[in-house]
Amino acid sequence: MYPRTFRYLAPKTLSEAVDFALSHPEEAKYLAGGQSLIPMMKLRIASPSYIIDVNRIKDLSYIKVTDSKLLIGALARHSDIEHSLTVEKNMPILKEAAAQIADQQVRNLGTMAGSISHADPAADWPAVALACKAEFSIVGRNERTVRADDFFLGPFQTALEPGEFLKEIRIPLPDGRYGYSYMKFERKAGDFATVGVAVMLRLKENAIDDAAIALTAVAPKQFRLYDAEKLLMGKEPSKELIEEASKVAAEKSEPSADLRGSVEYKREMARIFTKRAIKAALVRAGWGGS
Amino acid sequence: MTEKEANDRMSISININGKDYSAEVEARLLLVHFIRDIAGLTGTHVGCDTTHCGACTVLMQDEEQKWRAIKSCTIFAVQADGKKLKTIEGLAKNGELHPIQKAFWENHALQCGYCTPGMIMSSLGFLQYNRNPTEEEVRHGISGNLCRCTGYQNIVKAVLAAAKELKDKPNILD
Repeated sequence: MYPRTFRYLAPKTLSEAVDFALSHPEEAKYLAGGQSLIPMMKLRIASPSYIIDVNRIKDLSYIKVTDSKLLIGALARHSDIEHSLTVEKNMPILKEAAAQIADQQVRNLGTMAGSISHADPAADWPAVALACKAEFSIVGRNERTVRADDFFLGPFQTALEPGEFLKEIRIPLPDGRYGYSYMKFERKAGDFATVGVAVMLRLKENAIDDAAIALTAVAPKQFRLYDAEKLLMGKEPSKELIEEASKVAAEKSEPSADLRGSVEYKREMARIFTKRAIKAALVRAGWGGS
Repeated sequence: MTEKEANDRMSISININGKDYSAEVEARLLLVHFIRDIAGLTGTHVGCDTTHCGACTVLMQDEEQKWRAIKSCTIFAVQADGKKLKTIEGLAKNGELHPIQKAFWENHALQCGYCTPGMIMSSLGFLQYNRNPTEEEVRHGISGNLCRCTGYQNIVKAVLAAAKELKDKPNILD
């Protein structure tokens, strides 16, 4: 399968890439890992006139900690995150999520920033970014920062304006007794999620004093489960509390029926995997219950 | 950059198994077709052409000289301009099979053989990160490769045997 003909550029600097994209907003696409874009071009769902290959731009592959934030450059691959000691030490939920994306070969090329910019409603990273309260540094005519909460607008729709480029992901490092979990339910190895749940929870004394839960693949876009978070806040964890919070996942999901299951089935899976993910996060935060 | 610098054809050169192959190609040419049709190395197969089956897996060296297993049907040849690749043809040395090839042979890890080159390149890709994998880790490592004969049991056995054999080698690709 061949994509339609396109014209190819491989700029050496980000400003050259962005300048060209801004002057061809409807016809140019950035190519980073290409693991979503190239399949779409082969199926001719996407047929950009210009491909701006950003892979020759130096110094965009970093993963580092600065000022209590984990910074991930636009060209950091899923596998870089999976194998990064900095990630393992500071933000292990990213390692847990990275290892569950697609397969080894796709992880070796695909990038976190690319997946977030692409905003497939069943992708893993947007849910993780929401639960981690990430923010995105964006370059276009100006530089600006957008919070994950304000970034995902709908299926394949984001706050990125035509020509803009997501340059860096910034994640505030958790402080205190945090527990985390990313649980993904897939129909077969390497498939997109039937449902994925990302949870970040903090325990102070015996109560939950911070909670962020986000779901993927069960709505037109990834979303935070604010009502469940509110329910958990300030309370001591218990089996009943987890049960109650996970019911919110079924209520707030708006899945569509497809090969991965019916609407009812997906709502039920959203509930079950939210329950398991909250529990796993609590255990990691040091909760002794069950 | 200007539109003049954006071309639908380009002259590129890719080093495959230590040898340079140069050609003028269309920007939309997929790497797997460069490997098969231009370099003539047909050990790399096209299975599904949709990023699912892994039959086209090759190793590509990144900026830090790390070899990464990639699906060559999901990358343009122009992206590999100036890079080094390793394919199944680059493994045997002086008529001697690479230990992982031997392990596939000895463990009867191939039936029709169509998926084998991809399985082997993919296994070498993840064995670099994990020199002593468990059975489950092997299964996770090759989850991007499909065997339509469904001969997975012996493939997993072969990868585990190869890992043992390669245990003390500083560079498993040598």
